[in-house]
Amino acid sequence: MDFNLTLIGQSMAFFVFWWFCQAKVWPLFANILDERKKKIADGLEAAARGEKDLELAQAKVSEQLKEVKAQAATIVDQANKRATQIVDEAKDQAREEGQRIIAGANAEIEQEMNRAKEALREQVSAIAIAGAEKILESTVDQASNEEMLSKLASEL
Amino acid sequence: MAEAAQSVEGQTVQEYIQHHLSFLTYGRHPDGHWGIAHTPEEAAEMGFWALHVDTLGWSVFIGAAFLLFFRYVGKKATADTPGGIQNFVENIFEFVDARVGEGFNYTNRLIGPLALTIFVWVLLMNTMDLVPVDWITGLATLAGEHVFGLEHMSFKIVPTTDVNITMGMSISIFALILYYSIKMKGIGGFLSELAFHPFGKWMLPFNLLIEVPTLFAKPVSLGLRLFGNLYAGELLFLLFASLLGLWQLPAHFAWAVFHLIIVPLQAFVFMMLTIVYLNAAHESHDH
Repeated sequence: MDFNLTLIGQSMAFFVFWWFCQAKVWPLFANILDERKKKIADGLEAAARGEKDLELAQAKVSEQLKEVKAQAATIVDQANKRATQIVDEAKDQAREEGQRIIAGANAEIEQEMNRAKEALREQVSAIAIAGAEKILESTVDQASNEEMLSKLASEL
Repeated sequence: MAEAAQSVEGQTVQEYIQHHLSFLTYGRHPDGHWGIAHTPEEAAEMGFWALHVDTLGWSVFIGAAFLLFFRYVGKKATADTPGGIQNFVENIFEFVDARVGEGFNYTNRLIGPLALTIFVWVLLMNTMDLVPVDWITGLATLAGEHVFGLEHMSFKIVPTTDVNITMGMSISIFALILYYSIKMKGIGGFLSELAFHPFGKWMLPFNLLIEVPTLFAKPVSLGLRLFGNLYAGELLFLLFASLLGLWQLPAHFAWAVFHLIIVPLQAFVFMMLTIVYLNAAHESHDH
């Protein structure tokens, strides 16, 4: 085992490499790993925040949903009420309309009856006059007879 | 077996293994001029003033390639979803960072880069052991013969099988242990730790007898453990290649599979012990 200058040479190489490593190699990787560690931490934090946000949003949504449901229920209620109201009104109107039609029909019937009575009276009086002329076979004063006859007719 | 031994490129087993365990050495010859050692004997004569061009070259090349690659990936990396390569590098980074987090209880932003450099560098240097022993070495020997005019040029490609490489690192770490011990506890605190622990001041010589060897055992065990594991693995590969003939193929495979465990394990152990030692260097015993 003979030692020689190689020992010194290796020693020098050792210190030079050590210096190079601590100055030019180690910091590169140390920085990159630190940076990545920070990135991952940030990412995890962001994920946690996102989850919390999601929870809040879901709570909000369910609340809003409840509100909307209540509103919908009141709207349906009102609509139902309004519908029955409309039906009732329609019923009333129909009833009134019917009565009006009945009343109109009644009036018309009465009118028709009066007209028929009038016509009947005229015909009866004509028949009566014709009958009387035949009985008397004489011409009576047309004017006084006419007066008497119309008096008779109005008594019929 | 003798026949098989003769068949390795006309070398005996001993020559073959010797060739593979020698280094491509550049240094000062006994006559004073600097140059390549042509034989192991010449290399041995250079003594301390020699440089293993092959192992140190691979070591520096691998370390530089790893750091530049990591820097390249880090430059292009984003904090968004990482792609394949970035993911791969980030995994290594996080693995090392987690080990530092577990083993090191003080604030020192230099320990992470230190652990990362050690782990990946040693891992890659160990991995060179899985490259078949004659591929690159054989090519280099050929190139040495025909291009540079060097007979039987050795060329080791696994830096961690060179005790200079492993001890070079463990001694650097020892220097860091001393530096941080004194920086965190002061020179007095550091010395009193050696002198007054574990048995209090009345047992001072005995304490020194325990603590000083313990201190020096740290870099020695750290460097020799890594060297020993990889050297033994390399040696077994060489024995297979020189002794077993065709049977070396399954043997290589089996040993390489086993080595797949040793390679990362030794890199991991080296890194963990560095972290633990430096943590102990920051630790104060005065309660």
